[in-house]
Amino acid sequence: MNNSAENLRRIQKSLKKRYFVERCFLWSGRAAITLGLLAVLVLFVDITSKGYGAFRSTEILLDIHYDADALGIDNLHDEKQLAFADWDVLLKNALREQFPDASGRKERKQLYGLVSNGAGFDLKERLIANPKLLNTSEKVWIIADDDIDTYYKSWLSGDPYAERMSEKQIQWIEVLDEQGAIALKFSKNLFTRGDSREPEQAGIWGAVMGSLFTLAITFCLSFPIGVAAAIYLEEFAPRNRLTDFIEVNINNLAAVPSIIFGLLGLAIFINFFHVPRSAPLVGGLVLTLMTLPTIIITSRAAIKSVPPSIREAALGMGASRHQVVMHHVLPLSMPGMLTGAIIGMAQALGETAPLLMIGMVAFIVDIPQGFTDPATVLPVQIFLWADSPERAFVEKTSAAIMVLLSFLIVMNMTAVWIRKRLERRW
Amino acid sequence: MQASTLFIIIIGLSIFGYFMGQGRALALAKPLGGIRKLHSLPSYYAAQAALFCALPAIVLMGLWLIFEQPIIDSLVMSRVEAGGLIESKADYNLALNRVHNIAAGVLSREGQQSVVLAAADNLNAFRTNARLALTLLALSLSVAGLVLGLRRIRPDFRARASVEWIMSGLLMACALLAIFTTLGILLSVVFESIHFFRSVPISEFIFGTSWSPQTAIRADQVGSSGSFGAVPLFTGTLLISAVAMFVAVPVGLMSAIYLAEYASRRTRTLVKPTLEILAGIPTVVYGFFAALTVAPFIRNLGESLGLDVSSESALAAGSVMGVMIIPFISSLADDVITAVPQSMRDGSLALGATKSETIRKVVVPAALPGIVGGVLLALSRAIGETMIVVMAAGMAANLTANPLDTVTTVTVQIVTLLTGDQEFDSAKTLAAFALGLMLFVVTLCLNIVALRVVKKYREQYE
Repeated sequence: MNNSAENLRRIQKSLKKRYFVERCFLWSGRAAITLGLLAVLVLFVDITSKGYGAFRSTEILLDIHYDADALGIDNLHDEKQLAFADWDVLLKNALREQFPDASGRKERKQLYGLVSNGAGFDLKERLIANPKLLNTSEKVWIIADDDIDTYYKSWLSGDPYAERMSEKQIQWIEVLDEQGAIALKFSKNLFTRGDSREPEQAGIWGAVMGSLFTLAITFCLSFPIGVAAAIYLEEFAPRNRLTDFIEVNINNLAAVPSIIFGLLGLAIFINFFHVPRSAPLVGGLVLTLMTLPTIIITSRAAIKSVPPSIREAALGMGASRHQVVMHHVLPLSMPGMLTGAIIGMAQALGETAPLLMIGMVAFIVDIPQGFTDPATVLPVQIFLWADSPERAFVEKTSAAIMVLLSFLIVMNMTAVWIRKRLERRW
Repeated sequence: MQASTLFIIIIGLSIFGYFMGQGRALALAKPLGGIRKLHSLPSYYAAQAALFCALPAIVLMGLWLIFEQPIIDSLVMSRVEAGGLIESKADYNLALNRVHNIAAGVLSREGQQSVVLAAADNLNAFRTNARLALTLLALSLSVAGLVLGLRRIRPDFRARASVEWIMSGLLMACALLAIFTTLGILLSVVFESIHFFRSVPISEFIFGTSWSPQTAIRADQVGSSGSFGAVPLFTGTLLISAVAMFVAVPVGLMSAIYLAEYASRRTRTLVKPTLEILAGIPTVVYGFFAALTVAPFIRNLGESLGLDVSSESALAAGSVMGVMIIPFISSLADDVITAVPQSMRDGSLALGATKSETIRKVVVPAALPGIVGGVLLALSRAIGETMIVVMAAGMAANLTANPLDTVTTVTVQIVTLLTGDQEFDSAKTLAAFALGLMLFVVTLCLNIVALRVVKKYREQYE
């Protein structure tokens, strides 16, 4: 009697502690979830806050006089003249007219430094598109140099970053701002150009095209091969050592570090088969091998989810095993397979490491036109820009990341949509 | 003719063959009283003709394109070698490159040795001839296949069996590609590693503690001869992975437990996909985040605490890598926790245990093998992760266990060794393949053990 009362008392005494532990455990679970969600939030906020500025770039309104004599050309159809003409002269003249107070070599140089190095070529394109402009004047928004861009954006937000600016340049910008001749405009360069050493001229279009070509190869190879392998393993393969070995291989390849596939591409595709380096072709081949396990595994799950009764019914009607697969199992499992393929493609789109091994890190200005042109891809472009010392590239990199992430989000949403809409639940 | 044009022509021929075959089968069937008198449906006869037309020609083309270049090269170079110009493998490659460039017109013909010029002309001639031969052979093979396929069309010919046999073969070939990929990986890393271990003894590589792969490019150059002791790389990799696991395992495991045992259905459907976003973000984005946001933050934090933190600290790279791995661990752990039978929980709760006691003393121990398997898989991923460490960890091979210091990893070194301008046969590039071999072997072992543990566990409760 005494003993059980003692026990009861001890249990009651321990209860408080046990409930405390229970609460601690619950809260640590909540803390873990919060930490994970916080990581997502911080990542997105950080990238967006760094990158949103890059979608607009600083431009300066200049009164450009297309002076044929200054350019040294008389015929706009003469390629040679166009190529040798000094297009920057137009900008220099316009800038000197705007700010006659710049005297001496040093100040002149600072003055010319207001606009981008490549802005002369924009004027060339303008003139070629509209030859009537020759020997006339017009007001043109000229893209500013990246240091000016960085300064102007930070100045607008009230926290000027004047590290790479001279006193004079700061004054000029203030004058321009009063005249309304400097403004932030939508950055067309970002979406139409290839890579460049000048941040204000650099764009992601070359990398996007490279990614597109690479993914096209990856999809065209990995989807049919992956589906075929999944069909074989699920529907036809006999249970033997070979099949087991194939399965072990697939499961293991799914977990092999991606950089190893890059080594394979370098040693086998480039050094042995002489596939051209840096080309979307070899990138696509490497990514195919890398995404195949993912596609095979998801396709097998899709095939498995088709109930056996369908197969039995078709077999009962006299269909051969191939007819069962081609006419019934494959169409029914197609939504699941497509979902897997899109997820695999999203993985391939974000992959960087193996492509570094096969030379897709080269500095490529031209937009790739085909599968064997040298190209780079979006994630590698991000890697290259992240490595660049210019401050303006931080903004560009974040913007490129935003574009990459939105591609990935669209792809994943499509996959979810297909799964929700088209997949049949049995 | 271009290989792609040839390919399109063969495909066109095969489509033509399909319709020919179908027409022929229908024509055969008509006098007999309809297609039910044929053994197979007309489309099978047609498919058979199309496959006969396309398959052999395409296989020939593939093999030809693979072996054309090496064979032509060796034919061309045999003359140059006979000319006594070649002394070493490097010479051979140089001469070969020169011949290629002259043949392509990139390099001017002036001032080149006559042997090399002759070889370049030879190369061009061989190439033209080889292309011509390929075109003729492939087209004739294709046409012959078509004729044979059409001639085989008889009412009693078992076309369906024939087509299905071929299809099975193709399906199996696709499945076998997995084995060939593994084989390809092994061959590429093992052969180059053997080359490497000829110049650097394997014991020095595995047990040496000094890593500085800078080798002299020219023989007479002043500079280090390079030392290839990989221990600092292994410890660096382990240090960063350990930091990552230190972040990922508690957070991942606790969120899995919370989601599986405590969270309401609605929270679960909201939180789980959000956490999985972390798994879908490309690693290059994490690398950028680690290098530009986390590393300066940790550095400033350390400075305010009076600690000396490197700007490329292992802590920054490791913690971001840990964040990347969280969803990996949480979804694997979630799977195994939900697989624990409800009856075990009920039994424990009925004995008066609180929910957390049930989880800690019953559910987690029961799910432990699966959790361990998941953690091992996550570890293998951390070891093989490249972009985060390339962007946020350093290059200096320090032998240290201090997470505030700069360390380098195996993957960083592979990338830096292979993205520079180095001749392919130098010890520097070969070292990358030796590191790749180590990486492959270690992750392979981890994966096999983990997959086996997970599989065993799954079978236990099924």
